[in-house]
Amino acid sequence: MNLEFTPEEVAFREEVRAFIEENHPKHLEGMGNREDMTPEDMTAWHKILGKKGWSAPAWPVEYGGTGWSPTQRYIWSEENARVGTFMPLPFGISMVGPVIYTFGNDAQKQQHLPGILSGDVWWCQGYSEPGAGSDLASLKTTAVRDGDHYVINGQKTWTTLAQYADWGFFLCRTDPDAAKPQEGISFILIDMKSPGIEVRPIKLIDGGYEVNETWLTDVRVPVENLVGVENQGWTYAKFLLAHERSGIAGVARSKRGVEKLREIAANETIGGEPLLSDFDFARKVSQLEIDLAALEYTELRTLAGEQAGKGPGPESSILKIKGTEIQQRLTELTLEAVGSYGTPMYGSIADVRSNQYPIGPDYAQHSAATYFNMRKTSIYGGSNEIQRNIITKMILGL
Amino acid sequence: MDFNFTEEQDMVRDGLSRLVREEYGSETRREVIASDAGWRPEIWAQLAELGILGMPFSEEDGGFGGGAVDAMVVMEEFGKGLVVEPFVPTVVCAGGFFKHAGTAAQKEEHIGGIVSGERIFAFAYAEPRGRYDLADLQTTAKKDGDGYVLNGHKAVVIGAPWASHLIVTARTSGEQRDKDGISVFVVDKAAAGVVTRDYPTFDGRRASEVYFENVSVPADALIGEEGAALPLIERVTDEAIAALCAEACGAMKVANTITLEYSRQRKQFGVPIGKFQVLQHRMVDMYTEYEQAVSLTYFATLKLDAPERERKLAVSSAKVRIGQAAHRIGQEAIQIHGGNGMTDEYAIGHYFKRLTLFDSEFGNVDHHMKRHIALSAG
Repeated sequence: MNLEFTPEEVAFREEVRAFIEENHPKHLEGMGNREDMTPEDMTAWHKILGKKGWSAPAWPVEYGGTGWSPTQRYIWSEENARVGTFMPLPFGISMVGPVIYTFGNDAQKQQHLPGILSGDVWWCQGYSEPGAGSDLASLKTTAVRDGDHYVINGQKTWTTLAQYADWGFFLCRTDPDAAKPQEGISFILIDMKSPGIEVRPIKLIDGGYEVNETWLTDVRVPVENLVGVENQGWTYAKFLLAHERSGIAGVARSKRGVEKLREIAANETIGGEPLLSDFDFARKVSQLEIDLAALEYTELRTLAGEQAGKGPGPESSILKIKGTEIQQRLTELTLEAVGSYGTPMYGSIADVRSNQYPIGPDYAQHSAATYFNMRKTSIYGGSNEIQRNIITKMILGL
Repeated sequence: MDFNFTEEQDMVRDGLSRLVREEYGSETRREVIASDAGWRPEIWAQLAELGILGMPFSEEDGGFGGGAVDAMVVMEEFGKGLVVEPFVPTVVCAGGFFKHAGTAAQKEEHIGGIVSGERIFAFAYAEPRGRYDLADLQTTAKKDGDGYVLNGHKAVVIGAPWASHLIVTARTSGEQRDKDGISVFVVDKAAAGVVTRDYPTFDGRRASEVYFENVSVPADALIGEEGAALPLIERVTDEAIAALCAEACGAMKVANTITLEYSRQRKQFGVPIGKFQVLQHRMVDMYTEYEQAVSLTYFATLKLDAPERERKLAVSSAKVRIGQAAHRIGQEAIQIHGGNGMTDEYAIGHYFKRLTLFDSEFGNVDHHMKRHIALSAG
C-alpha cells in the first residue's frame, strides 16, 4: 500500500494538464452552472475529448475507452476539476453507452457508440413517470408490437435536457401480464424526432428549466431499437444505475468547491475578521473537508477493487449517498458564507455586473440557485433511501 | 497509488485472525480481564514468536522490515477481538521513539527487548490538567550531574501495571505550556521513587496514575535531543493514533456484524426486527460509517511519513471522523440490541465501551477538529 505516483503517472498528469491547458475553451472555465450555458457550451469539451479519444475513460478499450488505470482516471478528474471543465453529460457516456456495448447487438454498437463518444448525438433518459419514481418498476408507458415496429404510448418525467436531445433510452412495458412488475419491461432506443413525442419543460425551484415532461403518443419505433432481450429491460436498467452511481461521487469537483468556499470565507468578514477565522464556521468547513477525505479514499478503494476485476457493485450506493450529501452540504455552506448576497435573484436582473452599480460579489451570484438545484442529487439516480434499500438487500443481506 | 496488501500482510492477518478467534473468545476475555493479572503474558510470548512484535522495525534495528501498514493490519485484528495486550504502548509508542530518535545502544537494548517480548512499555504523557495538549507539562526533569531527576504526576497511563519500563515526557526548561523545553525519557518502572496506583479501565484494560518522586535517571535515559522533543512526540503520537484508528475499525466491524446478526434472530411483532426498514436504514448508516472509517484509517496510515503538516491533517481527519463513527456505531448497536445490549453478558456492550473510550486517547473529536482548523488556516 502506498500513495505515491509512479514517474509514468506524474508524466501522465503533466500530459493531461497540458492538453487541458491548450484545448479547453477559456470562456468555459469554471462554468459549473448550466443555467448560463448554451447547449453548444455543454457539449464543447465533450466534442474536443471525442476527437482526442478521451471522452469515455471508463469504457473498455475495444469500444473506445482509454485503457487508463484507476489512478490515471483519478488524476484525470482532478485535472479537470482544477480548471472547472464541464465534463460530458452522463446520459450517453455513463448511461446508455455501457448498456449498448454490454447488451446491444453489433448493428446498435456501430450505429450509436461513435455518436456517443464524439458528443455529436445528445441522449436523454426516459425512466421516471409521474406515478413511478422510487417505485420505478410500476411504470406504465407501453410498447405494443405492430409488425416491424413498437407503438409507444405514455408519459415520462424528469427527462433532463430532453429539449436538446437527439435520442432517448426508454423503459417501456412490453408484457402487461407478467407475474412481477419488474418482468415485462423493455429497454428501447427512441429517435427524439419521431412523430408523437412532445417535450414540455418544467420550471424548477432554482428558476431554471433543466428537466421536462415527455409525452409519447403512438410513437412508432422500429423493433431493431430494442436493446437485448424483450422483457429483460429491468436487468439493463439496474446495470445502468450501478454505472451511474459510480461516477456520482464527484470527489474532485467537491474538493475544488471546498477550496472556493475557503476563498469566499476568507474574503467575507464577521466582526471585522475573516469569516474563516470564526470558529463556528471554520468547524463546519473542516468537518466537510474531513468527510470529503473519507469519501475520496472510499472511492479510491472502490476503483482499486474495480481494477482487481470487481465491477461497480452495491458499494457504489455508498458513493452515491455520501457524494450527494457532501455536494449538498458544500452548496449549503457556500450559501451561508455569502450572507445576505445569497438573496437577490441574479438571473432576472439586467446588467447585474454593471461597473457602476454591481450587485454583490461575483461569487455570490450562483450560490442560492446552486444550493436549490443540488437538492435534486439525493433524489435522482435512485433516491438515497432507495440506495439504503439496495445496501440492506445486497450487502447486509436482510 | 496502490491499495493492495502484500502477501506477507495477508498471511499476518490470517494468522492473527485465527489466534484471536481461538485464543481470545469473549468468554476467555471476560475471565482474563477479571483476573489479577488482567492480561495474558503467554499471548504476548506467542506474538513475539510469530514475529508480530518485531514487524514494524527495520531489519537493521532487529525487526522484520515492516512499517505502519503492518501495524494497521495487526491492530485491526486486535480490535476485532478487543485484545487488551499493550501493542500500541510498547511497539508503536516506545518502539517509535527508539526507532526515530534512539541511539545505537538504546535501539539495541530496547527494540531488542520489544521484539523478543521481554520488555513491556507504557507511555506516560498525559497529565491531570493537560487535556490532550502534549506540551502542557508540569512534570519536570532537572539536570543532576550527568543524569536527571524527575518529579511529577502522569494520568491514566494505559498498560502501566504490566510495564517494565515507562516512556515519560517531561519539561527540562520553560513554562508549563511552552513548546520548547520538552524532553523524553525512558524510565525503569522499578527505579526508586516511581510510585504507581493501578486500576482497571472500563474497556477491559489496566492503567495507573504514575508519580515521580525525585526519580534519578542516568544520562542515557534521554531519548533524542534535550528540550526539543515536541515534534518527535507529535510524530509518535500520530503513529499511535493511526494504529488506534485501525483498532477501532476492527471493533466497529464486529459491532456491526453482531448487531446485524442479532437483528436476524430477535423477533418482535412476530418478525425478525431486521425486517423493519427503520432499523435497516440505521444499520446501513452504521455500515457506511465503518467504510468511511476504514478509508480514513488508510489515509492517515499512508500519510505518516508525509511532511509534518500533511501528516497532521490526515491524522486529525481520521481521529475526528473515526471518533464520530465509533460513538455513533456504539450507540446504535446498543439501541438495536435493546435491553440485552445493556447486559454485561452480551458481547456488544464490551465493544461499545472500547469504542467510546477510544475517543479520549491522544485527543478527542474536538481536540483534533481544532488542530485541523488551525492547520487549514495555513
